[in-house]
Amino acid sequence: MDLINRGNKPTKAGFGEGIYEAGNLYPELMVLGADITASVGLDMFAKAFPERFFSLGIAEQNCAGVAAGLALSGKIPVFSTYGVFAALRSADQIRVSVCYNNLHVIIGGAHAGISVGPDGATHQALEDIAIMRVLPNMTLLSPCDATQAKLLTLKAAGELKGPVYIRFGREAVPDFIPETIETEIGKGQILKDGTDVSLIATGHMVWEALQAAYMLAKSGVEARVINIHTIKPIDKQIIIDAARETKCIVTIEEHQVYGGFGSAVAEVVVQHHPVRMKMIGINDTFGESGQPAELMKKFKLNAEDMCATVTQFLNDNH
Amino acid sequence: MIFKKIQDIEKLKEISSDIRKDILLSIAEARSGHTGGSLGLADVFTCLYFSVMDHDPQNPSWKERDRLVLSIGHVAPVLYAALAHAGYFPKEELLTLRKFGSRLQGHPGRDYGLPGIELSAGSLGQGLSVAVGMALAARYDKRNHRIYCIMGDGELQEGSVWEAAMSAAHYKLDQLCVLVDRNKLQIDGKNSDVMELEPLADKWKSFGWQVLECNGNDHNELLNTFGLAKKVTSKPQVILAHTLMGKGVADIENDYRWHGKAPSKEETLRFIECLNKK
Repeated sequence: MDLINRGNKPTKAGFGEGIYEAGNLYPELMVLGADITASVGLDMFAKAFPERFFSLGIAEQNCAGVAAGLALSGKIPVFSTYGVFAALRSADQIRVSVCYNNLHVIIGGAHAGISVGPDGATHQALEDIAIMRVLPNMTLLSPCDATQAKLLTLKAAGELKGPVYIRFGREAVPDFIPETIETEIGKGQILKDGTDVSLIATGHMVWEALQAAYMLAKSGVEARVINIHTIKPIDKQIIIDAARETKCIVTIEEHQVYGGFGSAVAEVVVQHHPVRMKMIGINDTFGESGQPAELMKKFKLNAEDMCATVTQFLNDNH
Repeated sequence: MIFKKIQDIEKLKEISSDIRKDILLSIAEARSGHTGGSLGLADVFTCLYFSVMDHDPQNPSWKERDRLVLSIGHVAPVLYAALAHAGYFPKEELLTLRKFGSRLQGHPGRDYGLPGIELSAGSLGQGLSVAVGMALAARYDKRNHRIYCIMGDGELQEGSVWEAAMSAAHYKLDQLCVLVDRNKLQIDGKNSDVMELEPLADKWKSFGWQVLECNGNDHNELLNTFGLAKKVTSKPQVILAHTLMGKGVADIENDYRWHGKAPSKEETLRFIECLNKK
């Protein structure tokens, strides 16, 4: 089945809608503002529930700690800012006050990846997966489109009991996951089947991976495309099956390959069913300014370049 | 049942002395731990758990309880001794401090099942933010309980403390009371040599806090000051409690080398003698 783009929409909008709806469902849900409320999609909640919105200014470390205090008092706090700040500036607070206490705090990491564009390296979160996934008790979500972002946000509020980091982007990207496909925390999704290679992607890269797979099909390569929206706990079985059945794996992420999503997949592969792997992502460098499309081209994260990388990888294999 | 408060100062002094002995014995048995700050805070913890806070050792998760957030997790021995004496768990367990499998972790951890621990903490500069969150929640829920946050003076060098201080004043959190263990010492030496904190009262005032000061080793002064703090409205309060590191044991009082040092068996006996003489 070809998955259809229903129209472009930023994943942050899905997160914002999810938090707003969760606000309707759960009276104990509270949102902390870090001065970029609209920019991370939380303005809808702030307007609808002003009594449950607390502005804390540009003080991310305090935000994380206040969230812990609210959670210890039975609330479901949401703290969101750009991923570079959420995951790095307040890393120690998230480690000790949130994760060591195992508290149900929803952390929204916005501006994921280089597709942030013109703001440049300081604002492009390329290390947050690596840092957040190493923390005990943490659940790490990385939705592939706005629909999934909303769904996972609602599940993060309603189903989880511990800390969760949700990663989402700024750029409007294809919204394509049909509602008929079930999205369950901890379960990967096979979006296209194939037996020659598995493209295992996360976040915004999933759509690009699909397009790359369609291109590969034209040259006779049947690629399996797997969406991993839950990086932790990761769906081991879907990865092991991919390794066993397609015999080689390419991971794709808008993030550093060191310690990131590809590493998470590799940890499963090497321990359960070692096969050749290629990791597509950012290779130990900072991002830069430019239009999202220009940057995706430069870092070879668009479908065309992805297709070429996979073809090269498969040729090397033979 | 809510803990029955003790107002008799002589009785409180006795409890503080017993808590000090248990601090020494538990740290000596563990062969590591923070002796100086724990001894210095024994009077503060006695006043809070035996005379100031509403709490229930039989029902540690009672919603209306006053909360004690220990930001300086390294003085866990004084918290543990106070909790044990207040009836949260058997005193014998104090001798498991820092040992493998113990509920008495080196720095407090909630996950180990010890009753009365409000927060797993130990990385300095984090507790006040958590206390702010608790105070916001209490006010949202229209509950009147108070949140006491125990901080060290050296800890105030952490920048995040001032983010938290700003937010507490911004939200006029009058249910929040910080007590700063003002012993003027930290691991490397005097605060004033390591990193000057003065004018400390002015710093807190300028951040919008009600500042109170007292002798943190005098039960009368402490009770009066906690009483004054409770009456303050529309502002968070900070008590700069002037204490002596190692208070009660003349040999080690005001000696920063005892910040993180455990007494030997022989020293422990001698120090307890010293406490008994008072």
